[in-house]
Amino acid sequence: MIDTINAAARKVPAWVLYILLILPIPYLFYSAATGGMGVEPINALEREIGELSLKLIIFGLLITPLRKYLKLNLLKFRRAIGVMAFVYVAVHLGIWVVLDMSLRFDQMWSDIWKRPYITIGMVAFVAMIPLAVTSNNLSVRKLGGAAWRKLHKLVYPIAVLGAVHFIMVQKVWEVEPMVYLAVVVALIGTRYVPNIKARLSTSV
Amino acid sequence: MAHRWTNTYTASDVTPKGVWLNRRAVLAGMTGLAAAGGLAGQAAAQQAPLEPNTLEEITSYNNFYEFGTGKDDPAKNSGDMVTDPWEVTIDGMVDNPGTFSLQDLISDMTMEERIYRFRCVEAWSMVVPWNGFELADLLEKAGVQSGATHVAFETAVMPEVMPGVRNRVIDFPYVEGLRLDEAMHPLTLMATGIYGEPLANQNGAPIRLVVPWKYGFKSIKSIVRITLTDEQPKATWNDINAREYGFYSNVNPEVDHPRWSQASERMIGGGLFASRQDTLMFNGYPEVASLYEGMDLSVDF
Repeated sequence: MIDTINAAARKVPAWVLYILLILPIPYLFYSAATGGMGVEPINALEREIGELSLKLIIFGLLITPLRKYLKLNLLKFRRAIGVMAFVYVAVHLGIWVVLDMSLRFDQMWSDIWKRPYITIGMVAFVAMIPLAVTSNNLSVRKLGGAAWRKLHKLVYPIAVLGAVHFIMVQKVWEVEPMVYLAVVVALIGTRYVPNIKARLSTSV
Repeated sequence: MAHRWTNTYTASDVTPKGVWLNRRAVLAGMTGLAAAGGLAGQAAAQQAPLEPNTLEEITSYNNFYEFGTGKDDPAKNSGDMVTDPWEVTIDGMVDNPGTFSLQDLISDMTMEERIYRFRCVEAWSMVVPWNGFELADLLEKAGVQSGATHVAFETAVMPEVMPGVRNRVIDFPYVEGLRLDEAMHPLTLMATGIYGEPLANQNGAPIRLVVPWKYGFKSIKSIVRITLTDEQPKATWNDINAREYGFYSNVNPEVDHPRWSQASERMIGGGLFASRQDTLMFNGYPEVASLYEGMDLSVDF
């Protein structure tokens, strides 16, 4: 089963994923513009795109544990997932700036500093920029593998900030965003669990 | 009694039943009126004309946590609530307490149409053509005793038809309250209909409060109890988070919700490219300002 998936994955070029992941964006805009997202389409679209970006970040975090525990190798798709997660976050931000806030820059500027959930969302977006910019082979070579990997561990705090941002947008404590945070924390946790195991077994 | 408050609209501004589902027809009607000159022109001079939202908009984008927290949950989940027969208990500091059928309660009230702005604390807004009567008339009929200072309201709790109540997402019953002078203000309405039709369940059938200068959550829905008291009653959102939701919760562009600005709002119904508009003090009802004279509204928000 795993071998079949691995073999199939080897045949699919990574660019296919870019195409597949970009398609929901025009579809959702079309749906919002034609009444498919209810009578308040701006907020619905903003939330939908935001939630999808968090899902993509979670998929990106899934690649390593899938390989480690299930021997499922989807590593070649991780860059596409990460870059597209950034694209979704950028579109989410764009919707906020242009459609939601109607380019009221004064209000946005004070909101970024005064509203913790917007501050958190903004920090997460800014932290994603260096990751998006260095998502190419040239940057990996220039930085060197170790430094590049270290830089890209920034995705851990970014994922946590994204999930916290989602929780804070709600008026009450809702289950769904909490599940996202739990999944993010668990996936980051898998990076550290084996280390503890290894340390324990060597100390015995 | 009643008709103590008049807005700048006339009966001719009320959209005829045949066309209120169609926004374009509403617009066309208003243009025709303006062309005819006269009343519409006068109204426009006092205040930019308000275009009521369509019934579809008013009935599909709601907050009614008894039926779920999503904006479309109330429309989806409220269908099983039975609102006929319906009883309302009036008790506390009144001369004529009792439990009344809705028919008895409203039989001698003066029903009118009021086109009000409706501003949600979440920074969106609508314009709703309510049908209802002034709460003051009902309180007069109940006989408010001297010493009463506040009015408390309570929403029905029907776990078998209210999934949000079963999920206990907040504490139920939902309760709200007003100071007596706010309750007696001619703007304060008990609504039983919209566009001349009985209220839809998601809008708070069969009877709800409408306080147009306060954030929407003050306008409690599906009321089963009205209690006159001599102390400030508990109010659900204020109880959940007093820092974010004050007891008064008057619409005020200068007092922000801690998590978002209240300076502007978006009108529902403008589609994907609707732009924000400035939020007005007291939601554009400056006649209530005298109720709060001498109060610091950034403290008593």
